[in-house]
Amino acid sequence: MTASDTSARPLVDREHSLFLLREMLRIRRFEEKAAEMYSLQKIHGFLHLYIGEEATGVGAMQVFTQQDNIVATYREHGQALARGIPARVLMAEMFGKATGCSHGHGGSMHFFDVSRRFYGGYAIVGGGLPVAVGLALADKMQNRKAITGCYFGDGAVAEGEFHESLNLAALWKLPVVFLCENNLYAMGTALERYQAQTDISRKASAYGLPSSAVDGMDILAVEAAAKQATDYVRGGNGPYLLESRTYRFRAHSMADPDLYRTKEEIESWKKRDPIVLFERKLRELGLLADSDLGRIESGIAAEIEDAVQFAEASPEESIEDLLKDVGGQVAR
Amino acid sequence: MTKMTYREAVRAAMRKALREDPRVFLMGEDVGRYGGAFAVSHGLLAEFGPERIRDAPLSESAFFGAGIGAALGGMRPIVEIMTINFSMLAMDQILNNAATLRHMSGGQLNVPLVCRVATGGGRQMAAQHSHSLEGWYAHIPGIKVLTPATVPDAYGMVLAALREPDPVFIFEHATLYPLEGEVDESAETFDITRAAVMRPGNNVSLITYGGTLGKAMEAAVRLASDGVDAEVIDLRTLRPLDTQTIVNSVAKTHRAVIVDEAWRTGSFSAEISAQIVENVFDDLDAPVARVCSAEAPMPYAKHLEAATLPQVDQIVAAAQELVPRHG
Repeated sequence: MTASDTSARPLVDREHSLFLLREMLRIRRFEEKAAEMYSLQKIHGFLHLYIGEEATGVGAMQVFTQQDNIVATYREHGQALARGIPARVLMAEMFGKATGCSHGHGGSMHFFDVSRRFYGGYAIVGGGLPVAVGLALADKMQNRKAITGCYFGDGAVAEGEFHESLNLAALWKLPVVFLCENNLYAMGTALERYQAQTDISRKASAYGLPSSAVDGMDILAVEAAAKQATDYVRGGNGPYLLESRTYRFRAHSMADPDLYRTKEEIESWKKRDPIVLFERKLRELGLLADSDLGRIESGIAAEIEDAVQFAEASPEESIEDLLKDVGGQVAR
Repeated sequence: MTKMTYREAVRAAMRKALREDPRVFLMGEDVGRYGGAFAVSHGLLAEFGPERIRDAPLSESAFFGAGIGAALGGMRPIVEIMTINFSMLAMDQILNNAATLRHMSGGQLNVPLVCRVATGGGRQMAAQHSHSLEGWYAHIPGIKVLTPATVPDAYGMVLAALREPDPVFIFEHATLYPLEGEVDESAETFDITRAAVMRPGNNVSLITYGGTLGKAMEAAVRLASDGVDAEVIDLRTLRPLDTQTIVNSVAKTHRAVIVDEAWRTGSFSAEISAQIVENVFDDLDAPVARVCSAEAPMPYAKHLEAATLPQVDQIVAAAQELVPRHG
């Protein structure tokens, strides 16, 4: 084996590479279907699509175990799918059905699956970070080996909760990977229009924790960076901040006319579509044939068709159960 | 029965819980080495160590949210927030997460978190350390709101709260910490579902909670000397509210004075009034009266603060207004 073969070794695991590609495509097709279902008025409320950011959700998720905790944002469909929550219960949730992963109480922004330690989609920007710190605190105090992966967007970095949480996790050496998905916009406000220091990874130094930034359009780079981050955290060294530099190809939400950025900017980023880039790389390495792609796409199409049919056919939560899961009631 | 102060009662309850349940820990600003801003946790650090008596940075949102996460992760955190005005800094976590997660997750999650907060005025701490905002909390579905006004409740409510599956807020009126009383430390169960009739009476119901219970009791004594037999109700738990005890009392006395240190407008006292009107309107012989704080931020100067807070004279006057004069 030559030296160049060795350096390429992480890339040449065909099975894993095809799995990563498939996971990204699952998210892409799921989101496209979600947009379609929104336009058909099957999905209501806010719908924030993950299209363009798939490499971050999929790449980073590979390094978390089932014992680890995941905390995500309101743009969490990608993480939920990558975590292994079935597409059908996610679609059912967005349809507002009883079979949804949150029984129709949460919708697109609030997916939960405690069996997979998926502790939710948080729709107050920055609001998930303190919860992630606490999950890690519980693990540490109970001598569990688990770590917590906390996804949040660049907008959260402007919130006090980001700074409070990084400080607290670093102070108490808690096992949290803070994973910033920097898509360059806090809703419609560009990073340079709301941050004096636009290099997000540098903010970690103020709290004494290590950090790095990675090309969020390169799934193998994301996976490797996330591995490095989780290795550090699993080593009992405290938290780590990983910034994944990415871009959302769709508007902030379905309600967003996307007037604050140029078509040229969007098109230039689409040239760095993480799925296209990875497909190209795999083809160059001779790891991907048209037949592979066809097989992957048809499998995904069947899964998503099933998800829609399941969501459509599922019953609604009974109104009689409306108050069932409100806590703090009189104990009977 | 053991004689102790309200402060010691809260501490004794926490100590008991910390000894009996390894999942319990205390977290907040200056709870450890300082011993608590009100000295409630004094001595606990020495007994339980810094892992379980956890000094937190001035980051109310982060450490309250960390309490939520720790509760989700199997712990039983007691989060102390130094004053109720500071709790505003954690309101995102309190409302949007702690109170919401159980329902929003379709019942998958619950947050067994106890949050102790000092509340109320009367110590010349001015407008950022003295308000009574517990009524705001009582507005929120998903949480319980306890307002211990007595030494036994200061003790029992901590232990009861730690057995609840959902977030419980305990608002400790800061003037009560030196209050003395007796606690049955051998008790195993502590009811937090019922209001208490602290003094039975037939002519008027004085309905209150927390820091104004003592004033209502004093007012009742003065009213008695004036021939007015007042019943005093300590609500104890603002949410879920024991409406029945209020209704029973007013059905008997036909008159109600609500005493609340919070502001009047859009307030918990308005909620009590509404409950009375909705449930026992026909039994009322007089309009419901309220004695609340003046609608101003709490001033510093002693005479101004006293003029802002509900006082015994006002309670007596409000009750006398409702009760017809005999002879």
